[in-house]
Amino acid sequence: MQRRHDHDRAWVATRKGLFELRRRGAAWAIERSSFLGEPVSMMLAPPSANATDSDSPRLYAALNLGHFGVKLHGSDDGGQTWQELATPAYPPQPDGEPVAGVAWKLVQIWSLAAASGVVWAGTLPGGLFRSDDRGASWRLVESLWNQPGRAQWFGGGYDVPGIHSICVHPARPDELLVGISCGGAWQTRDGGASWTLAAHGMRAAYMPPDQSGDPNIQDPHLIARCAGAPDVLWCQHHNGIFRSTDGAASWHEITGAPDTSFGFAVAVHPGDPQTAWFAPALADEKRVPVGGALAVHRTRDGGRSFEQLRDGLPQRDCYDLVYRHGLAVAPSGDALMMGSTTGHLWASDDGGDSWQTVAANLPPIAAVRYG
Amino acid sequence: MARIVFTQQLRRFTAAPELQAPAATLRAALDAAFAANPRLRGYVLDDQGHLRANVVAFVDGRRCRDRVQLDDALRPDSEVYVMQALSGG
Repeated sequence: MQRRHDHDRAWVATRKGLFELRRRGAAWAIERSSFLGEPVSMMLAPPSANATDSDSPRLYAALNLGHFGVKLHGSDDGGQTWQELATPAYPPQPDGEPVAGVAWKLVQIWSLAAASGVVWAGTLPGGLFRSDDRGASWRLVESLWNQPGRAQWFGGGYDVPGIHSICVHPARPDELLVGISCGGAWQTRDGGASWTLAAHGMRAAYMPPDQSGDPNIQDPHLIARCAGAPDVLWCQHHNGIFRSTDGAASWHEITGAPDTSFGFAVAVHPGDPQTAWFAPALADEKRVPVGGALAVHRTRDGGRSFEQLRDGLPQRDCYDLVYRHGLAVAPSGDALMMGSTTGHLWASDDGGDSWQTVAANLPPIAAVRYG
Repeated sequence: MARIVFTQQLRRFTAAPELQAPAATLRAALDAAFAANPRLRGYVLDDQGHLRANVVAFVDGRRCRDRVQLDDALRPDSEVYVMQALSGG
C-alpha cells in the first residue's frame, strides 16, 4: 500500500456522519461520507508511527446512536468499508452505587488514542477503557474508575463526568495522562496500574474560593501534549489557559491571551513546545466569538505573547463555536484544520496566518483529525 | 408462543427479525431474540441490562411496566413490540 502523507487526508466527525477529506493540490475536498445521518462523537486515525503490525492501520469511529446507544466501528481499508467492533461496556454496578449519582452506563466515547498496540477509549461517565486486540474486546481501567476521588467528579458540558483527553507519551507507552471534565487530570506511569492526580496549579473559578485549587475538580476542556517535547503540555481550561513543562507534575496559568482566555480547543505544534493555537470564545454564558468575529489565538513563545489570526475567517455576524476536538494540527506543524458547531470547516497551510473555507454547510462538527 | 417484533429502524444496524418464542416474561422474550443475534442486545439494553432510555417495549399494546427487571408477564399469545422512543430524537 502506498504510503500516504498524514496531512493529505483528514476526517471530520459530525452530528450527521463522518466525512473524509483529501487534499487536491492546494485545496481540500470532501471525498466520502460514512455513517450518514448518525452522530459520530470521535474518530481515530492512528499515525503511521503507531500502527500495529498491519499494513493499513485500523481506523476507528465512535457512534452515539440516539436510540440504540454507543457503537464502535473499525475500518481496515482506509475508510472504504466499516465493521462494527465491540463496544466498551461498564461492569455490573454493585449494590450501594452509584457514586455521586453516576450510573455505570456508557453515555459516549469522547476520546480515542492508540499507542504500542493498545487502543484507549475515554468515555462519559468518566471511565477509561483499553483494548489490546484492536477493538475486539475492551476492559474498564478499574484502577482509575475505583479512585475514591471519583465521587467528587461532576459533569462539565454533560450531566456526567467524561474523559476527553488521552495524552500518550510518545517514548514511554506506559505513561498516559487523561483529562476529565470535571475531574482534573490523572497520570499513570505503569500502563494504568496506578494513577496520580496531575492537575496541581490549575484554578477553578466556578468553585467556592477554598476549593478552587483542588486538582480533582478542575475542568480542563482539553489537554494536548507536545509530541517532540513530551514534558510540555497545554491545557485550555474552563477559566483560562494552563501549561506544564514538567510532565504535568505542575501547571502554571497563562494570562496573556487577548480579549478572552475562554474556549474549548487547543492544538500544540508537534515539534515546538512554545507554539500552540487556541479557538477563543466569549466566556462563559455566551460562548460565541468576541464581537461576532472569529479568531484563532497563536503563541510562539510559550504563552508570553499571543497573535490574533483572522485572515480568511468570518469577521462579522459569526456565531461559530469550536468544540474541544474541533481544532487539529497536522504532523508537520504547518497545517491546521478547524471545524465549528455551525458546520463550517476551515484549513490553513501557514500555521494559521491565513485560512481557507473548506466547507460551509456540514452538520455540527464534533472532531477534526488528520491521518 | 409469544410474538416479538422489532422496529425496522434497527435493520440499519443489525439483524432483528420477527420471532416466536415460548417466553413467560418480557426479558425471556428479549433473551430469545438475543440468542439469535447477540449483537442485538446492545442496541436494546444498556450496560446494566436495563431497557435503553430511548427504547420502548409494548406488551399487548401497553408500554412495559418495568424497564429494569423487564418482568412483565407474557401470555402464550402475547405480542411484544420493541420500538424507538421519540424522546431519542
